Amino acid sequence: MKVALFIPCYVDQFYPHVGVATLELLEKLGVNVSYPEKQTCCGQPMANSGFEHLTDACCDHFIENFSGYDYIVSPSGSCVLHIKDHLHSVPREQEATQIRGKVLELTEFLVDILKVKHIKSRFNHKVGLHQSCHGQRGLKLSQMSELISLPFSKPEALLQMVSGLELISLDRKDECCGFGGTFCVGEEAVSVKMGKDRIADHLQYGAEFITGNDMSCLMHLEGILRRQKSSTQVIHIAEILNTSS
Amino acid sequence: MTTATGNKSHAATTSDHADLAGKFNKDEPRVDWHDQTLWFIRKKRDKAAWQIPEWEELREAASQIKNNVLSNLRSYLLEFERNAQQNGITVHWAADAEEHNRIVYDILEKAGIDKVVKSKSMLTEECHLNEYLAAKGVEVIDTDLGERIVQLAGEPPSHIVLPCIHWKKEEIGQLFSEHLGTPEGNSDPQFLTAAARIHLRQHFMSSRLAITGVNFAVAETGEFVVCTNEGNADLGVQLADIHIACMGIEKIIPKRKHLGVFLRLLARSATGQPITTYSSHFRRPRKGQTMHIVLVDNGRSERLGSADFRNALKCIRCGACMNTCPVYRRSGGHSYHYAIAGPIGAILAPGLDMKKHADLPFASTLCGSCSHVCPVKIDIHDQLYRWRQVLTQNGHVGFLKTTSMKGMSAVLSSHNLYQFAGSAGRWLLKHLPFLINNRFNAWYKQREMPRSPGKSFGEWYRANRKHGDE
Amino acid sequence: MNSRESILERLARNSPPDSSLPVLPVTKTELPNAVEKFTAVLEGIGGSVVQVTNWNEINVYLNKYFATQGRWINRVPELTNMDESVEFGVDPHQYENVLVTILKGDFGVAENGAVWITDDKMGDRALPFICEHLVVIIHSKDIYPTLHEAYDHTDQSDYNFGTFIAGPSKTADIEQSLVLGAHGPKSMTLFLLKES
Repeated sequence: MKVALFIPCYVDQFYPHVGVATLELLEKLGVNVSYPEKQTCCGQPMANSGFEHLTDACCDHFIENFSGYDYIVSPSGSCVLHIKDHLHSVPREQEATQIRGKVLELTEFLVDILKVKHIKSRFNHKVGLHQSCHGQRGLKLSQMSELISLPFSKPEALLQMVSGLELISLDRKDECCGFGGTFCVGEEAVSVKMGKDRIADHLQYGAEFITGNDMSCLMHLEGILRRQKSSTQVIHIAEILNTSS
Repeated sequence: MTTATGNKSHAATTSDHADLAGKFNKDEPRVDWHDQTLWFIRKKRDKAAWQIPEWEELREAASQIKNNVLSNLRSYLLEFERNAQQNGITVHWAADAEEHNRIVYDILEKAGIDKVVKSKSMLTEECHLNEYLAAKGVEVIDTDLGERIVQLAGEPPSHIVLPCIHWKKEEIGQLFSEHLGTPEGNSDPQFLTAAARIHLRQHFMSSRLAITGVNFAVAETGEFVVCTNEGNADLGVQLADIHIACMGIEKIIPKRKHLGVFLRLLARSATGQPITTYSSHFRRPRKGQTMHIVLVDNGRSERLGSADFRNALKCIRCGACMNTCPVYRRSGGHSYHYAIAGPIGAILAPGLDMKKHADLPFASTLCGSCSHVCPVKIDIHDQLYRWRQVLTQNGHVGFLKTTSMKGMSAVLSSHNLYQFAGSAGRWLLKHLPFLINNRFNAWYKQREMPRSPGKSFGEWYRANRKHGDE
Repeated sequence: MNSRESILERLARNSPPDSSLPVLPVTKTELPNAVEKFTAVLEGIGGSVVQVTNWNEINVYLNKYFATQGRWINRVPELTNMDESVEFGVDPHQYENVLVTILKGDFGVAENGAVWITDDKMGDRALPFICEHLVVIIHSKDIYPTLHEAYDHTDQSDYNFGTFIAGPSKTADIEQSLVLGAHGPKSMTLFLLKES
């Protein structure tokens, strides 16, 4: 099994330790993983702003870097969803189609492909799980509260395997944090209010850490937490799963 | 006695959603109150839906029926027209809002009527019927309590099902004391509702003409259904000599039995009730009464031709997408500056006027909650995404943004540029659209910037792993 | 081209390819405890449900719980000595002072507590809406599990006006506080008649 690691641009530049944790975790689980070094970005920041027509070169570049792997794994539900929904190329559509079918978010790769049942990690903290919308509703990593259907959650299932970790409950278990790409500056007031409300929900149940599958949401929540001088921190789920026991 | 001002001018076009939402957010406790009130209704919806084990099958059935309607709208409308005419109803066709308003006014004028009672109809809001009739000297009394409240206040509704959800009872008490003469300081909902009942009963008793909206019109039988909780549509119609029902052409359904699907979904999705108190089926006018129905297009037949956006025509106006929308709950209905607020308004409005409503598809995080509470499965958040593309390509997004996006595109599609830019002090920190560090610095206003690490992941990888595939 | 023709022309031009209608009902609902379900739902939305075994019990109940001095209009021939001789179909405004309207309903729907009433049983269409208190009588055997069965049952019936009524007139427009008696009846009493 040949697996390519797709590290989104903002993770590469601001949160390299999340990339490291993802890589180390996959290596620990015996995955033959390589990192195509010339990768850049999925194009989502432009597309969600209404500039999908400027992403052709980005798409071709992505295809150039990620063609020919069995799986492409990334620690970001949002970027994975963007590739799945929007990666197209006129000259290389066949490869684009293959990639759209092979790109997976980290926790779905662990649960669905590796079928991980045990994880040797320990994290002695109270943790709140932020369900990022694109992973949850887009990739269906968890059941969403809107549907009248049995609950499940891939990230939660993995967190339950971590020794010492106490997962807190929330009043609104899958409300959006308000990041939303350019929304977070274009609609600054509402974005921040949404983030503050999400944080308040986690804090009222004593979260020491807020975790999730998408560093973009966590970056937004971290910005607010740090401004509030809160002792609660954000941590990507790969970092928790990669903690040694 | 107060007359309606009819002055329901919508927010000035110079303010976009972000500005108006910013103003709304100046009063944080009020935002909390608004958010929690609407979230409570979302929870009531969940509770009601969980009572129906086949809920998701029902949504699918409703969606399929509506898809079928969109494919056969022409023949269903003709079938409806034929049956309604046989039932003794006069059928009118209006190409646009202006024609709709003129048809209504012509009926009034011929009958020598200068006062009407009107129950809730989003279509008449869309067409600005109240303003039109007011300009002609006709007094329009909105009879839904929430609509009457915003009408007295000279505002448009802020929600399609809960028109005055943004008003506090103390403010309504004050409004009633000014307009209805209730004692100052009394803001008990029971008392205020009783006062409104007496006030509106006089209008029901003295109005010869009633206007209603239409929830569903059945092609097979030529009947139409109007749903209310207050009974205001029925009371208005049953006491009036003339009934005018106004409907968008997309409200047609093929058969009576399909009402079973939609009425099971509508109230549960809207407010969490098992059904509205009244679901009245109008088939023939009563003896001595005349009944008109106005079929309004106003852009719908053109929208039908757009594969990307036609699904918005499936909407049954339940408002569930508003109640669930984290942005709507925290920005208020008026920030959408259109008759229909929230996610569904944000995909309907640009279809009518792209320039005026270019901001609305961006008033969303694309979280997708709306599409999944929608009882007819409209792909709302996907349409928001597609509207953004259309608006950008039609030049409705600012020049600065376009320029910076082109720069981003160039950097992000070239590894060398990306690497160079990255090493030059985390280029993305200045150029990712959400972190653009300009003089307004919208990120930093209430959030710390991400810390800039010494090395990127790429740099770490080259230093720590030899077996990279390069 | 007039508006009708231009709309129809655009619809013909712009309609998407046909897609089929679903088979209904989506799920067949079996409901052995229809009376209990109906009662619980209707009471949950502000109605009162009274089970009786004969017409006289209804007479007794009404005389006990409703003020007798106001104006009553009874459209149920089985209930004697409360008739007002009214000429229907003249002017609905004359009912403005009606305190109690008594009607027969066709059937109830268990899932939502609604009762189907058609205009032939109303006397005047205004009566169920204009009175202060609405009283409706149905047979307890006439309760369908869901709206699907209800519409199946009435598919061939002809009516000029028919309505589902589920409880008293209500509003929650002021801060989501539920108030009964918005414009129409302030109460709805539903008699479930189970004749032995």
